[in-house]
Amino acid sequence: MPVGTQDFALLQDVGQFIYREARLQDEHRYADWEALWADDGIYWVPANGDGGNPEMEMSILYDNRSRIGLRVRQLMTGRRYSQTPKSRLRRLISNIEILETAGDTVTAGCNAFIYESNIKGETLWAARNDYVLRREADGFRMVLKKVVLVNNAEPLYNLAFLV
Amino acid sequence: MNSHVAARPPAVPAGPIERPIDWDALIEADRVHGSLYTDPAIYALELERIWRRTWVYVGHESEVPKPFDYVMKSVGPEPVLMIRGRDGKVGLLHNRCPHRGNHVCVSERGTARSFTCPYHGWTFNADGSMRGMPFPSGYEGVDREGLGLGRVARVEAYRGFVFASMAAEGPSLDEHLGAAKGIIDEVCRNSPTGEVELTCGFLKHKVKANWKFVVENETDGYHPGFVHSSIFQVSGSRITELYGDKSLSLARYLGNGHTEIDLRPEFRKRAEPLSWFGTTPARLPDYVARMNEAYGEDKAREIMIDGVPHVMIYPNLFIAEIQLFSIQPLAVDQTVQHVTALQFKGAPDINRRLRQQTMGSVGPAGFLLADDAVMYEGTQIGVGLSNPEWLYIGRGRHRERQDEQGYLVGCATDETTTRGIWRHYRSLMEAA
Ligand code: FES
Ligand SMILES: [Fe+2]
Repeated sequence: MPVGTQDFALLQDVGQFIYREARLQDEHRYADWEALWADDGIYWVPANGDGGNPEMEMSILYDNRSRIGLRVRQLMTGRRYSQTPKSRLRRLISNIEILETAGDTVTAGCNAFIYESNIKGETLWAARNDYVLRREADGFRMVLKKVVLVNNAEPLYNLAFLV
Repeated sequence: MNSHVAARPPAVPAGPIERPIDWDALIEADRVHGSLYTDPAIYALELERIWRRTWVYVGHESEVPKPFDYVMKSVGPEPVLMIRGRDGKVGLLHNRCPHRGNHVCVSERGTARSFTCPYHGWTFNADGSMRGMPFPSGYEGVDREGLGLGRVARVEAYRGFVFASMAAEGPSLDEHLGAAKGIIDEVCRNSPTGEVELTCGFLKHKVKANWKFVVENETDGYHPGFVHSSIFQVSGSRITELYGDKSLSLARYLGNGHTEIDLRPEFRKRAEPLSWFGTTPARLPDYVARMNEAYGEDKAREIMIDGVPHVMIYPNLFIAEIQLFSIQPLAVDQTVQHVTALQFKGAPDINRRLRQQTMGSVGPAGFLLADDAVMYEGTQIGVGLSNPEWLYIGRGRHRERQDEQGYLVGCATDETTTRGIWRHYRSLMEAA
């Protein structure tokens, strides 16, 4: 199927959104990052594989919108000691693909590679990210962000930054 | 979904340690020497005298509900398979082929009537006995009896909680648990069926710290108000009251290394059922109805006021109100906490909340545990530094007393628990 200019424009919009989200996370811009969420947003980091039913199984992180807000507020107290001092972070995003579009929502996927440096040393994280984005008046909002860490079945060190 | 064996340990020296250790020079009544957390020889001796000798918590029977279900577990750093046999009894097998030592199982859980070693194809029954080896003519006249998978010497369960001892001889599980049995009973009575289940999988949280720092922190009532102030502040939680200077809660040493923070005096003062869980009966009507039915309203109310204990069963089982941790040492400065939500059999409404609160608070991203982790990691770095070389654990020593049952208690923030742990540690390590 030939890819039309429409699709390129969408891919570019989605890509810019994902890059921006990555940068806000790397730079610990918590409030700006929180503003990217839709009111019904779900932030999910499964444990032990690609993710079973998060309502029945333990996940590393399974936040609804209000818990996302709580997480951000905790980070902003300045006493979230697992982020004091904050991890130095840079993440590379690649392989962005639009997987599905339906009405005003877009499902997209990408790979992420995160370099973390903190007092403990260096930690490397690799993940597959899936996004469900909804187009709202002033741009996309995240309805779902699912981060599947490659090593999520192994014991993991603290993951207290926004992944 | 199935993944590799979790928490694969680094090689650990086995066998007796040559160097004699002068415990008087390392453990005093109100201080302990930093090298206890950093010396590889002490760690190796702990594996021998604690992890391979005493009773260690392994898993829960509900994790292997049917015959031939198995799940990968550990006894200290060593991986074992917890498997339910044909007869319904839960046993533990070492995941190590008796031929050349390869593992015979690499998936974390499943159902298997037999295990086949991938190296040369030896197969074993679910009870560990030898089933067969390829090209059997090469083994003519060989006694196969002794060529099964190693079985953990003693395996016993109390109310579904499975404990193991790698030593054939020694105190019974009953003797080891002692007062902790009553506390496990208290945990279970919060379930309307009297049964606890572990059915939602584990998070595995790794820290660069000695296992003893983790054990001590679990019933250190001094730290929560500080370490967790960020989440208490933004969540409007009332937990700081429980661990404040004015709290009626008690730090208790139960003997045999077991410790608890008894929060009941504070909950009883509040006299609000389910306050321990940060909720109200109105929000969990099904659970409350089932509890009333099971225990009668008065007793149910009492149970729902007291809540689930906060207990550290030495050396590795920690039950903290809503969740269960199993502490696994991997190296002198490397520890994993395997953690899951407690689930009360027959109470889906509270179980859902137990899972969600557990996910919020523990594991690598947890509102609580990530902050504890950096504390033990900080102390681990500290004990590697000189001046002072010792850690001071004397808080509240002057106000310790015996409670009605003869257990030593202090204020919630006192180091009564830590001192008890060290006395027990010393007795285990000194035992020849
Ligand atoms: S090592 Fe297992 S069959 Fe050879
Ligand atoms: Fe803590």
